[in-house]
Amino acid sequence: MAAGKAARAASRLRGGGSALPGLVAERVDPAFLTHALAGLPHGIVVVTGTNGKTTTTKMLVAILRRHGRTVFTNPTGSNFTRGVISSMLGELRLSGRLEADMAVLELDEAHALKFAAAVRPTHALLLNVARDQLDRFAEIDHTAKLLAELAGQTTTGVVLNIDDSFVSRIAGHVAGSGVEVRYFGVDPSIADRLPELQEADVRFEDDFAPPAPTASDGLLKPKDDRMFEVLFGDVPGSADNVGPLELKQRGLAAMINATAATTTAKLLLGNDFRADQAVAALEEVTPPFGRGEVIDADGQPLELVLVKNPVGFTVALGTYGSTPVTSMVAINDNYADGRDVSWLYDVSFESLRDKGVALTSGVRAYDMALRLKYDDVAVAEVEPDLDVALERFLTAYKDEPKRIFCTYTAMMALRRDLAARYGLANFGEEARS
Amino acid sequence: MSSTINSSSTNSRAQIKVVHIYPREMSIYGDLGNTRALASRLRWHGYEPVVHQHHPGNDFPADAHLVLGGGGQDSGQARVEDDLAHNADVLRALAADGTPMLMICGMYQLFGNAFITVEGERLPGVGILDVTTQGNAKRMIGPVVLETAYGDVVGYENHSGSTQLAPGQQPFGTVRSGMGNNGTDATEGAVTGNVFGSYLHGPVLPANPRFADALIKLAVERALGEPFVPGAIDDEIADQARTRQVRRLVRR
Repeated sequence: MAAGKAARAASRLRGGGSALPGLVAERVDPAFLTHALAGLPHGIVVVTGTNGKTTTTKMLVAILRRHGRTVFTNPTGSNFTRGVISSMLGELRLSGRLEADMAVLELDEAHALKFAAAVRPTHALLLNVARDQLDRFAEIDHTAKLLAELAGQTTTGVVLNIDDSFVSRIAGHVAGSGVEVRYFGVDPSIADRLPELQEADVRFEDDFAPPAPTASDGLLKPKDDRMFEVLFGDVPGSADNVGPLELKQRGLAAMINATAATTTAKLLLGNDFRADQAVAALEEVTPPFGRGEVIDADGQPLELVLVKNPVGFTVALGTYGSTPVTSMVAINDNYADGRDVSWLYDVSFESLRDKGVALTSGVRAYDMALRLKYDDVAVAEVEPDLDVALERFLTAYKDEPKRIFCTYTAMMALRRDLAARYGLANFGEEARS
Repeated sequence: MSSTINSSSTNSRAQIKVVHIYPREMSIYGDLGNTRALASRLRWHGYEPVVHQHHPGNDFPADAHLVLGGGGQDSGQARVEDDLAHNADVLRALAADGTPMLMICGMYQLFGNAFITVEGERLPGVGILDVTTQGNAKRMIGPVVLETAYGDVVGYENHSGSTQLAPGQQPFGTVRSGMGNNGTDATEGAVTGNVFGSYLHGPVLPANPRFADALIKLAVERALGEPFVPGAIDDEIADQARTRQVRRLVRR
């Protein structure tokens, strides 16, 4: 464990590398997780699925903390097992145990299972399944299977997306085990907006029918572009409902994440759950780094939007399409980005056509420019070097609002540059707030 | 259900019918980008692309000028098996008649003689390409560079099947970086007449315009019975994307 702490200090000095010290500890002591998490009185919650993990985790933690719970979490978006260990190292007591009521952990689908092999979660929130980094997960069917296996490892309760048949059918895997099942989803009145949230082109009609939602299941009902309610029992005006409320983050995807977080918080808190506290907590949540975060760049807003798979990019283009601004797209193909960039051809970029794209950047800058060319989107400049591209983007378009769509490692690099330039908080510093 | 989308064109000389086979079941790795690229390039060359999507349960259009297929999941392959058997004769006749076809990954395997699963079950293919694929527990995943008749070709492979060419079967290319058909004999893909099979996603055509235009030339000359007259296309961005991948991946 001392080895891990030293590595954490060393990697801090070098800047970045949020998973490195965890990697060291994982090698030193494989039972580390089990020991550190043993005995958290209010449980160990795993949040996983293809899209929305980081945002939803942040929202869930905010609601729980607002209710007075002490929560350990890994809010850096470092969602591999060793990322969890990394963030844990700073918070351990001398006994090697965590001082918290509960842990809420964002894990990617494969690492969620690895984690469960070491520590069985009490609860799991399963968000959705979509094409993502098929170089790592190979097939969507396989990803769905990983989530089902995780649900099978969960001891107390699971929260499932009722609208995603890959996820809602997981209820069958825990039937008869005594594990409680709750659902979140969209209110039937906005079912026509589901294509904004999930991909339809790889789904097939099947005979699976999700159950009718109960008063414990949260349903999203938007009032307009910004305001929405989470209905419990689907009765407008009921005191059980949460909202109306408005998030700092835009779009339907953020609203459904808030619905998932609220439903899960209600399961975890039981009778202690207070709708007004949930609203207050959600309205204060700032977008996580790079997930629609707005940075003040020389007096103009600069939005940083993480894109990592076809659904995510499509949702982002839909969310921001109504307010076109000068844009840059940065695509890397490191392991954490997904090494295969084929997925860019499963996204339609027509909404960028009117305004064009100022710059493409990253290791695959030319592939991105080529993709845009095939959608007749004009690209003013291609600059693979991220530092050079950012410098040019910020100076050439100084006096206007800007937006950067970027893959994970491109986002990390750009965020680091921006932090140095504008004096922003570094990754991980939110963890103890 | 079948659907035909007419792409608008201003200066069109003639219609070229491009058929994408099983876009729902067998195109989860961006392979529809090949169809998109061909449609755009046909337009830029001054022809009018007519893109037709073939879904299971329909008769395959016998008037196709160019046929494209992609990669899917095991469950997707299971969903198209019956339709492929139903339309195998039409596809074999089109292939024998010189219709250009590009089959990627899963559809490349299904265009071979057979796929033998890990459990030893033999699933028959269409038999247009003289190849046989053996299922493996381990996947071959990563970026690829090939040397082909169309110069360097770059892409991305992601397959568990290991494919062997029968004696005399021409490969599509020679592996300069990556695994290829089986990771051992440095071959990648297969070519018989105008039918091309390959494991390369990427998708393969946008960044490799020489190969894309070779398919277009075959389709145009077959459709119109006259020589292909290429338009002036600026492929600088595609050339940059490709040569940068070659430089990253190939050690000289």
